Amino acid sequence: MRLSTGDPRLRAAAYQAAALAAVILLGWYLVSNTLANLEARRIASGFAFLGREAGFEIGETSLIAYGAADTYLRALAVGLANTFRVALIGIVAATALGALIGLARLSRNWLVAKLAAAYVEFVRNVPLLVQLFFWYAVITENLPGPREAVEPLPGVFLANRGIFFPVPAWSAVHGWMLAATALGAGAALAHARWARRRQARTGRRPPVLAGAAALLVLPPALAWLAGGAPTRFSVPALAGFNFAGGAHLSPEFAALTAGLIVYTASFIAEIVRAGVLAIDRGQFEAAYALGLRRGLAMRLVVLPQALRAIVPPVTSQYLNLIKNSSLAVAIGYPDLVSIANTTINQTGQAIEGIAIIMAVYLTISLVISALMNWYNARIALKER
Amino acid sequence: MSAPVHPVVNAAGSAPAGGAAPLRWLRANLFASWPNALLTLAALWLLWRALPPFVDWAFLDAIWTAPDSKACRAAAGEGACWAFVAEKHRFILFGTYPYEEHWRPAVACVILVGLWAASGLRRLWNWRLVPLWAAGLAAVGVLMWGGVPGLPYVENERWGGLILTLLLTTFGLAIAFPLAILLALGRRSGMPVIQGLCVGFIELVRGVPLISLLFMASVMLPLFLPERVTIDKLLRAQIAMILFAAAYLAEVVRGGLQAIPRGQYEAADALGLSFWEKTLLVVLPQALRISIPPLVNTFIGFFKDTSLVLIIGLFDLLSTVKVSLTEPAWTGFGVEAYLFAALVYFVFCFAMSRYSQSLERELARADAGRRR
Amino acid sequence: MRTLLIATAASLVLAAAPDRAAAQTTLAAVKAKGYVQCGVNTGLAGFSQPDSRGEWRGIDVDLCRAVAAAVFGDAAKVRYTPLTAQQRFTALQSGEIDILSRNTTWTAARDSSLGFNFAGVIYYDGQGFMVPGKLGVKSAKALNGATVCVQPGTTTELNLADYFRANGMTFKPVVIEKLEEVLNAYFAGRCDVYTTDVSGLVAVRASRAPNPADHVILPEVISKEPLGPVVRHGDDQWFDIVKWTLFALLEAEELGLSSKNIEQNAASTSPSIQRFVGASGDIGKMLGLGNRWAFNVVKLVGNYGEMFDANLKPLGFDRGINDLWTKGGLMYAPPIR
Repeated sequence: MRLSTGDPRLRAAAYQAAALAAVILLGWYLVSNTLANLEARRIASGFAFLGREAGFEIGETSLIAYGAADTYLRALAVGLANTFRVALIGIVAATALGALIGLARLSRNWLVAKLAAAYVEFVRNVPLLVQLFFWYAVITENLPGPREAVEPLPGVFLANRGIFFPVPAWSAVHGWMLAATALGAGAALAHARWARRRQARTGRRPPVLAGAAALLVLPPALAWLAGGAPTRFSVPALAGFNFAGGAHLSPEFAALTAGLIVYTASFIAEIVRAGVLAIDRGQFEAAYALGLRRGLAMRLVVLPQALRAIVPPVTSQYLNLIKNSSLAVAIGYPDLVSIANTTINQTGQAIEGIAIIMAVYLTISLVISALMNWYNARIALKER
Repeated sequence: MSAPVHPVVNAAGSAPAGGAAPLRWLRANLFASWPNALLTLAALWLLWRALPPFVDWAFLDAIWTAPDSKACRAAAGEGACWAFVAEKHRFILFGTYPYEEHWRPAVACVILVGLWAASGLRRLWNWRLVPLWAAGLAAVGVLMWGGVPGLPYVENERWGGLILTLLLTTFGLAIAFPLAILLALGRRSGMPVIQGLCVGFIELVRGVPLISLLFMASVMLPLFLPERVTIDKLLRAQIAMILFAAAYLAEVVRGGLQAIPRGQYEAADALGLSFWEKTLLVVLPQALRISIPPLVNTFIGFFKDTSLVLIIGLFDLLSTVKVSLTEPAWTGFGVEAYLFAALVYFVFCFAMSRYSQSLERELARADAGRRR
Repeated sequence: MRTLLIATAASLVLAAAPDRAAAQTTLAAVKAKGYVQCGVNTGLAGFSQPDSRGEWRGIDVDLCRAVAAAVFGDAAKVRYTPLTAQQRFTALQSGEIDILSRNTTWTAARDSSLGFNFAGVIYYDGQGFMVPGKLGVKSAKALNGATVCVQPGTTTELNLADYFRANGMTFKPVVIEKLEEVLNAYFAGRCDVYTTDVSGLVAVRASRAPNPADHVILPEVISKEPLGPVVRHGDDQWFDIVKWTLFALLEAEELGLSSKNIEQNAASTSPSIQRFVGASGDIGKMLGLGNRWAFNVVKLVGNYGEMFDANLKPLGFDRGINDLWTKGGLMYAPPIR
């Protein structure tokens, strides 16, 4: 066979074949070693262990009922639910705090801008793990025991056993209020769409915000009144050695969410700032020239454009937050990684345990990336 | 919150000259309007509430040296116990390295920091950096391992503290960087198999938490290897860190590659350059120059991420801090301990981020100058 | 071309693979590399922990040093691999370490299915009770109706319930997640009893109690946690060396040999001491070591009592069941002959 090395297509094919062969060989080598090792060490393989009794307790099982007699699968589901719980709260709060601080950095007020800048500089430059340990130490070492709990607001208690705060005592009426809120939200969306069409048709803009606010607030309020207006709150109170009643955030959960929020917010703040700064100054001026006031200019002209630059990097920050929530394992919050870690310790099936962790996070990443791409395509600048 | 304004509109810091300049500056920047004034007062109140107690705790009432932790326990809640740091600083900085030989990791740290600082100087951005790094790393290796006359051998299980953090960062980036360039080129190569492999690798690594990679290195890697063949724990963690860094750096480099105008490729082709000549002489120099600021940011992130090796039992800086807290006499001083760790990390990261910002401005200026 | 590439790649991969047949004994490997690789805890006071100078200290660490003294006549020829709970078994299975000396409980499952041998017990741990001395309680059987502070999520909680039920008593549990808090609760007098592993009880009493003498640890131990060094299945020689090093530490204490006096006593005419120091018999040779192996262990590291006194006593640990069998404890070494 004669090969002319000059033919780029042939060379490309050869490169690719070599790469593929190398990867396959490496894979085969690793798999054969692993199989030999598993057999030599009598480690079981396969996912049969998922159906077996886990035998360990989990500290926080807020969403899925769980006991030590349940299966590993259920334990992992509890872990995943805990991961989502932290991620959801973290994302919402970090977005709010980040946007606030990002805008504060752009403030005309020198002191506020400097404070925001100091926050961002310090928080971004210290590893998240250090911050998590710090918050955890603050809560468990420096807050008093429940007897001497700090009460910053009436009914809210800070103690080394976590944070306790009042919540409305649950009754069926609250369920109806939730349903009414959902209905109201749907109606508000429909109303906004109708208003947009009407504006397009007539040039006049119906009061969207007022309508939406009314639709969001009134139905649950009516449901509440119709249900007899229950006002009972479940307030935490010291009972014996601990608080009873109200809602409770464990020190681990509090430290993890606080750390994730504070850390991620500093990155979101920078993205928001950069997004607003990226808008050409002419856009402001054009908006002013059209007679828009500053607030309106910001809302109608600048922010929609800034969002285009803000959304993609912020989404990747959300992904980072979800991945970073796996640091829970270091402070003992029972998230997915932490539970999988315990499972690996008990069963010795490291490959399966790590595969589960990776598969779950990979799925989350891919789903969010797909949503992201869809959104990006929707808001992309349509150049005509 | 006052509505954000465009920075050009914001006149902060440009107080006009005049007798009442400070007053005018105050009015323009702190009390421009009612909401603005309220905001200022709120910020001042916050500072007044937070700063004096912190200063009292951290400095005025703090205990700086103490023979044991009794004095600190007595002052619990009133003042910081920096005596903890004073007692444990050698262990925190150097880990289980032999006590009499601590000067060696200390000098090695200085060399590594010096190498990084030298690499930051633009007038050294040429071939001279290569021998400089080779000599520097060789010196670090000799210092740390020893085994030459005058320097007793120290196995790498005993390395710990700051030097471990710096070594993980340095070798992680030094090896990940060329790998990242290959991955980025592969992803843009147009050869479907190679492209697929590169994309698969990059997305897989970026899609999972670093912890899972470290778990893999610490628990699964021994299963992958033939019986009786073991890779050192430190090396295993380093491999995981390299793969992690390579995937993230590859995406940054890809960004740089994408920013190169097509004309550059076409011009190189027109000159009859081969693929590697084109890549090495025309494309990469430009792409890397564009990606320097985001690269430095990735470096900072990676430096912070080395702290995760704590979870697999390596004695990096954060880990030595945490282990120091397990001695019964000194438990309960976590806030002081972690503030100290935060300070050390901050010094490094802040220096790097300041450098990255100044570099960005400098490069922008240079570009503007060239275009003119 | 393609076959050529594949063949090249394959030979590269195979060249990297070592000869599997050339597996040697652990002792030979240890002697060849010149040190014992010992897996220890990353930080557990009294058992294994680096001190402020970065030197490893603790009773688990001393066992590693004793093995090195037996093999090399030099207690410093040890390298430590700090391991997390997750890594410890993999590290031993893969051959990364020669001994796992990391407060590991001896259980049937670990001994059999994980492919390990436990070379004895260096510390008998188990769940116990601590009460304030002023209550005048002398036995756990007298705890009927007591309020008990306990941490959840461990077997501790289950053992507690089992014990009270088995003895027909009732109790009121106060289940608190964090150690700090559970201790605060106990020392503030909010419960009558605190329960956890005995080693934990003594450490807590020493480091946290305002006045340690005010608190009593009751004699009943309601669960068994024997901690010991672990080696791989399938290398009986190495298993024997670690096992008999541990026994030599106990035997030395029983014979009254310590690091301070073994030099003088080596000339003693007592036959058991003669055998111990290697002046008569060939015990060391039978183990594959030098005949002065036990002498070196005691000379360089000390006997078990010295190890205990140096590492655990300062934290407030009591010998208790870890005393010699001649003094009412469980520590018993088969005769060295």
